[in-house]
Amino acid sequence: MLSMSTNNLSYNDQGGSDSAVEVGQETTPTSSNAGAGFGLFSTNFKKNDDLKEMLESNKDSLKLDAMKRIIALIATGKNASELFPAVVKNVASKNIELKKLVYVYLVRYAEEQQDLALLSISTFQRALKDPNQLIRASALRVLSSIRVPIIVPIMMLAIKEAASDMSPYVRKTSAHAIQKLYSLDPDQKEHLIEVIDKLLKDKSTLVAGSVVMAFEEVCPDRIDLIHKNYRKLCNLLVDVEEWGQVVIITMLTRYARTQFTSPWKEDGLFDENSETAFYESDEKKTKNGDEKKSYMMDPDHRLLLRNTKPLLQSRNTAVVVSVAQLYWHLAPKHEVGVITKSLVRLLRSHREVQYVVLQNIATMSIQRKGMFEPYMKSFYVRSTDATHIKSLKLEILTSLANEANISTILREFQTYVKSQDKQFAAGTIQAIGRCATNISEVTDTCLQGLVLLLSNRDETVVAESVVVIKKLLQTQPTQHSDIIKHMAKLFDNIAVPMARASILWLMGEYCERVPQIAPDVLRKMAKSFTSEEDIVKLQTVNLAAKLYLTNSKQTKLLTQYILNLGKYDQNYDIRDRTRFIRQLIVPNEKSGALGKYARRILLAPKPAPVLESTYKDRDRYQLGTLSHTINTKASGYLELSDWPAVAPDQSVRNVEVIEPVKEWAPSLGKTGKSKLSKSSDDKFYSDSGEEEEKEKGSGSSSSDDSSSRSEESSSEAESDEEKSSSQSSEESDKSSSQSEKSSSESDSEQKKTTKKPPQKKTVKPTAKDSDSDENGNVAKETSSSSAEETSSGSESGSDADSHSGTECKKKTKSKAKPKMEVKSTKVSLLKEVSLLKEVSLLDLDDFTPTPVTRPKMSVLSPSLLGDLEGLSLSNISSTIQVSGPAFVPEKRHDLLHRMTGKGLSAQYQFPRQPCLYQPTMVSVQISLTNTTDHPLEQIHIGDRGPTGLDMHCFNTVECLLPEASVTVSLGVDFNDSTQAANFQLCTKEDQFSVSIQPAVGELFLPATMTEQDFRKEQGKLLGMNESSATITMAAENTTRQPISRQVATVANLGVVPSGQDNIHRFAGKTASSGAVVLVTVELRESSAALITINTEKSVMGPMLLRDLKRALTRA
Amino acid sequence: MQLPAKMIHSLFLVNSSGDIFLEKHWKSVVSRSVCDYFFEAQERASEPENVPPVIPTPHHYLISVLRHRIYFVAVIQSEVPPLFVIEFLHRVVDTFQDYFGVCTEAAIKDNVVVVYELLEEMLDNGFPLATESNILKELIKPPTILRTVVNTITGSTNVGEQLPTGQLSVVPWRRTGVKYTNNEAYFDVVEEIDAIIDKSGSTITAEIQGVIDACVKLTGMPDLTLSFMNPRLLDDVSFHPCVRFKRWEAERILSFIPPDGNFRLLSYHVSCQNLVAIPVYVKHNITFREGSSQGRFELTLGPKQTMGKGLEAVLISSQLPRGVLNTNLNPSQGTYNFDPVTKLLSWDVGKINPQKLPSLKGSMSLQAGASKPDENPTINIQFKIQQSALSDGDKILYLYLLYRIPTEVCICFQKGCVLLFLQWPNQ
Repeated sequence: MLSMSTNNLSYNDQGGSDSAVEVGQETTPTSSNAGAGFGLFSTNFKKNDDLKEMLESNKDSLKLDAMKRIIALIATGKNASELFPAVVKNVASKNIELKKLVYVYLVRYAEEQQDLALLSISTFQRALKDPNQLIRASALRVLSSIRVPIIVPIMMLAIKEAASDMSPYVRKTSAHAIQKLYSLDPDQKEHLIEVIDKLLKDKSTLVAGSVVMAFEEVCPDRIDLIHKNYRKLCNLLVDVEEWGQVVIITMLTRYARTQFTSPWKEDGLFDENSETAFYESDEKKTKNGDEKKSYMMDPDHRLLLRNTKPLLQSRNTAVVVSVAQLYWHLAPKHEVGVITKSLVRLLRSHREVQYVVLQNIATMSIQRKGMFEPYMKSFYVRSTDATHIKSLKLEILTSLANEANISTILREFQTYVKSQDKQFAAGTIQAIGRCATNISEVTDTCLQGLVLLLSNRDETVVAESVVVIKKLLQTQPTQHSDIIKHMAKLFDNIAVPMARASILWLMGEYCERVPQIAPDVLRKMAKSFTSEEDIVKLQTVNLAAKLYLTNSKQTKLLTQYILNLGKYDQNYDIRDRTRFIRQLIVPNEKSGALGKYARRILLAPKPAPVLESTYKDRDRYQLGTLSHTINTKASGYLELSDWPAVAPDQSVRNVEVIEPVKEWAPSLGKTGKSKLSKSSDDKFYSDSGEEEEKEKGSGSSSSDDSSSRSEESSSEAESDEEKSSSQSSEESDKSSSQSEKSSSESDSEQKKTTKKPPQKKTVKPTAKDSDSDENGNVAKETSSSSAEETSSGSESGSDADSHSGTECKKKTKSKAKPKMEVKSTKVSLLKEVSLLKEVSLLDLDDFTPTPVTRPKMSVLSPSLLGDLEGLSLSNISSTIQVSGPAFVPEKRHDLLHRMTGKGLSAQYQFPRQPCLYQPTMVSVQISLTNTTDHPLEQIHIGDRGPTGLDMHCFNTVECLLPEASVTVSLGVDFNDSTQAANFQLCTKEDQFSVSIQPAVGELFLPATMTEQDFRKEQGKLLGMNESSATITMAAENTTRQPISRQVATVANLGVVPSGQDNIHRFAGKTASSGAVVLVTVELRESSAALITINTEKSVMGPMLLRDLKRALTRA
Repeated sequence: MQLPAKMIHSLFLVNSSGDIFLEKHWKSVVSRSVCDYFFEAQERASEPENVPPVIPTPHHYLISVLRHRIYFVAVIQSEVPPLFVIEFLHRVVDTFQDYFGVCTEAAIKDNVVVVYELLEEMLDNGFPLATESNILKELIKPPTILRTVVNTITGSTNVGEQLPTGQLSVVPWRRTGVKYTNNEAYFDVVEEIDAIIDKSGSTITAEIQGVIDACVKLTGMPDLTLSFMNPRLLDDVSFHPCVRFKRWEAERILSFIPPDGNFRLLSYHVSCQNLVAIPVYVKHNITFREGSSQGRFELTLGPKQTMGKGLEAVLISSQLPRGVLNTNLNPSQGTYNFDPVTKLLSWDVGKINPQKLPSLKGSMSLQAGASKPDENPTINIQFKIQQSALSDGDKILYLYLLYRIPTEVCICFQKGCVLLFLQWPNQ
């Protein structure tokens, strides 16, 4: 029976699985009998019998009740496995809750009852084909959770199918299933890696976290799978759900450590380096050139740092700490400081969170005191803290102590010593000891303080003090014989073995300083020797030996007595030690050469112990990991590799496909732009804001410390020349202060920047392997950036001119760069865009707080729209940045005339804003006016008609008063056709059929792109996709302004900056499918013009052409 | 042949007396005996809080969280960021609290099926799946008395018939199709000051932590924008995932599509170490005489710099030294309680009347022969001030709403409800 059913299952056909269910019913009686035998206790057996009866009834409520009781059994850890056959029959139940509970049961017991579990498989297989994505997903979830090896092939098949499912949710589930299958059957690894590879390419934020998790589990060493997806992951990161963020960040930390060169080597050296470069002769430079490579951060490395930074503000503490560890392990030293505040914030969270965060801070604070010193007071211990929190805080305070703050810390420690929590008090004493050794100024103070503690009533405090004093004395034994005397006096009162042993050791070590007391102590010890602890006995033997060597006259007999006692001690360590000491010090005929050196052996100067933090070497483990917390390597821990000496080929991360990079770009770009047009007096902010966002959007950025570049970036950010230079000087100084520099200073900085390029020449070949590539990039970046610049300039209207000066400067500078002409022929579009962003890398916003002193906040709907779009998971993506509309026509179209509408009139217009509801929709604004004398109620959209256009309706207008009007907005997905959207506009009483007929030009979204991009895109859209016509232009339409205006009136396209005066270019994409639309208007002699339209939408092209022709020829 | 799988393997719920009262396994079953290591640690710890959150055992790692006197012990088999687990466990507790009102052993036992359903949805193969309360509530309806009654009668279920939409939409934290007849949004600003004050009354450290809790009941997909009068005051903030990071960074404006119902919009930190005016003072006189078995105890509270706002719900607690056997104190108002076992003194003062300052006076009896305690106890004070904020000048300025609403929206700012926690080391 079993083999039959499994056969059916693996063939996965409907009929077979039906029969399998029947088989399942047949098997029930037999196995339930077996189950009866299984029940050991009769009561249990009876109870379950009654459950079984309930499960077999026809009523869902009874079954449900039974299942709930069974779940309660499972929850309390009782065995309910004998009910398996009865439960499994309900797997196909229609009742959702019942089904869910059955799933819970199945997952719990399937492993134990494999044969019976197989009976349920067919149900899942059927569900995997369900049209509802959630049913498919939950079927896959349960199927993959059933740990039965025999279904591995079925699971594999299901996973593969689900991985290419339409629904991202199902794909997410398949990523989860990968891990489950892998833990069930590791042999499937190769196949699973294929699926992982496929899912890694997925663009949905839902999938990203889960697939990276699967990657980490199945094939964490296959770093090559990440290359192509690296930039995408970085860019998606902000929108991934929080748990996925943690996993991705941890993985990317490891990735970055294998792919980029260390940003630390040149740290500190860098400034110095540029200084010398400026002041010293060229000769020296060439000499040092080889060692002092100027470090250039890989743009992808910068991208990662930049995109993770906002996550420091996550509410999820795990995310914050994972970003913190990423910065700790990857960021240049001077940038790590940004994580401090966020980590300190977490100290207000739950106790357990505090514990982990404090551990991480403890490790960090050892290496970088400066990071946390300003927040020292946050680490003050509260009486309500748990003990382990207290000791961690103590640890950190000790690490933070320096000459300046030690007095504050010691004062704080004094309070702690008095704490009722004696374990904590003891810890404080150790901490004081550490402070004393680390900061020589306070050693004496600490020592005196500790001596005072010797008279404390609490034994642990005294004992701990003795131990610490012992260690301190070792570091400076010369002056402190009185302390030793004091301790000798206390000796009788101290019972803690460790403390007694410590005092004895001190006596022995410094017996020459206390010649009177030491023998007396030994005498006392001889009396009590037998009743002492082992550790004390050992030290007694030591003391005796040392005294024998220094003062044999007084102590000879005592020593012999003690040695005799030791000889017969129960502990073999003590017997051994005694024998050894006797041979060493007591002269007899047998004692060999060693005896002569006894003094040197026993009284050798001992190195002072170093009082160190237990967190000293913890950073060998990646911070934030379990291994770091428990300070041992946890199973499955993945080592963080060291930085490679030479960065591996960075071109592996380039993606040929244009897609993934700028998913969020459109919106963000727009935010800036709309602002730009709104407040031209605010230009500084709007400009830089725009740029920052562009950067984020394009998804690729880099840092590079060379001041020549930073110069460029800042000059792009501002048109004001002086400001830019002062900014660049700040940046190259890496100072975070925002203060204005004096002009003389900025002059010198500029000099520096002009000096820079030649130095680079010598440095580059050694620094980089992929040389030509690098330089190609550089060339491209500058040229495209200037193009970008013009585009933004011309769009904002008037400030294009003000930029030209800086642009020229830039161009000359880029010429000075070596090998600029080596432009690699095949660089993907993506790369261009990414590098274009590189220019503005060092903008101030990165690590310095932006001065936000905007007098009037203007919250505008367009920018909100932009933001909204950023949240969407639209799959349409391209390097083309959607921009704000260049022109919004006022023209309104009649939707419903008041005569036909019985007093309700409606007009529509296209606001040319990207649609709020769905990116593929075109937004339409409808203004409804009531021209009657009575209020109209419940105006809403009724039947949509058969055309099947996807629409997002406006909310019902409850009541429209007479003479009142209201504007509502609507989203319509026209599917890139001019087909009218027909629907019914309804009031409470009436229904009116109306239709919206879009002009072809309204179906576009404007786009900005550079001239090169335009040409490149145009090159792809030739032949069939091109339509053109020559027209005679109306006389007034021969200059740029009118042409732009006319074209913008007809179609919602963006202006593409053009180098030639007679060619005007416009670009956009269709709203629904995102196809590129390019319009070129080329002016010929005597007011003739050639209009060319390139688009793959072969219907829209000619239509647009017709409209344009009409508009441009019209006077 | 099974490989150690990552993330959370099993979850055990342990009550304060050390009994496992619920277990859930996401992968193969881990024997309860793994908790023995936890019980050992529990025994070693003097206080329940002192159990270390991470306990390594030979084959597993136990990561635990203590909330409402229940330990949530997660069993881990291999490397995982511990905070990941801790954060998740806290999220589980929050969810339980959200569903059952309280998160007690009794509540969990009563709702064991819902608990199981929740855990099943929240974690798939040990990896968090749905943790947003909006989504969970769509999947599994929270139990209410009414629904329980209805369910028993009609046999209907508390599992959502409708499949959730939020998880699949672009705003995973908000369910779609929200409809309200009254659209309203409330924002509560709660600020806490956390201060340590020394014996002489001077402030050692003081920090202000604030949160903005929101209750938004708006139809459809509202897009809200909040701006602050003085955003610079907010030293460090953390956001609900719905807030757009970029917008905050660029413009210091909170722009978000809110989840439906209650949520914590943001929490912030104001560092003004010297500026904080502590609105209360304590006069104290606690002495133990050497050689006698009596000690004196005197406390007087008074308001200070409250700008006319009254101090409410004042609660004093102090851990007295072990040597104290019993106390005989007289409060001028409120009630006081001393637990001779834990030596915890608590005094529920209530409202402070500036004309008649509350005081607590009396004597303590010490254990015979016990020596004088080393230090005086620490005093913890908690109180509330309505309608005032410590970090003044930081007011919410505007709230914009972007979306069309059929009816009027009521938006309320409740500035206030300032909770304060003070610590008074009193040596």
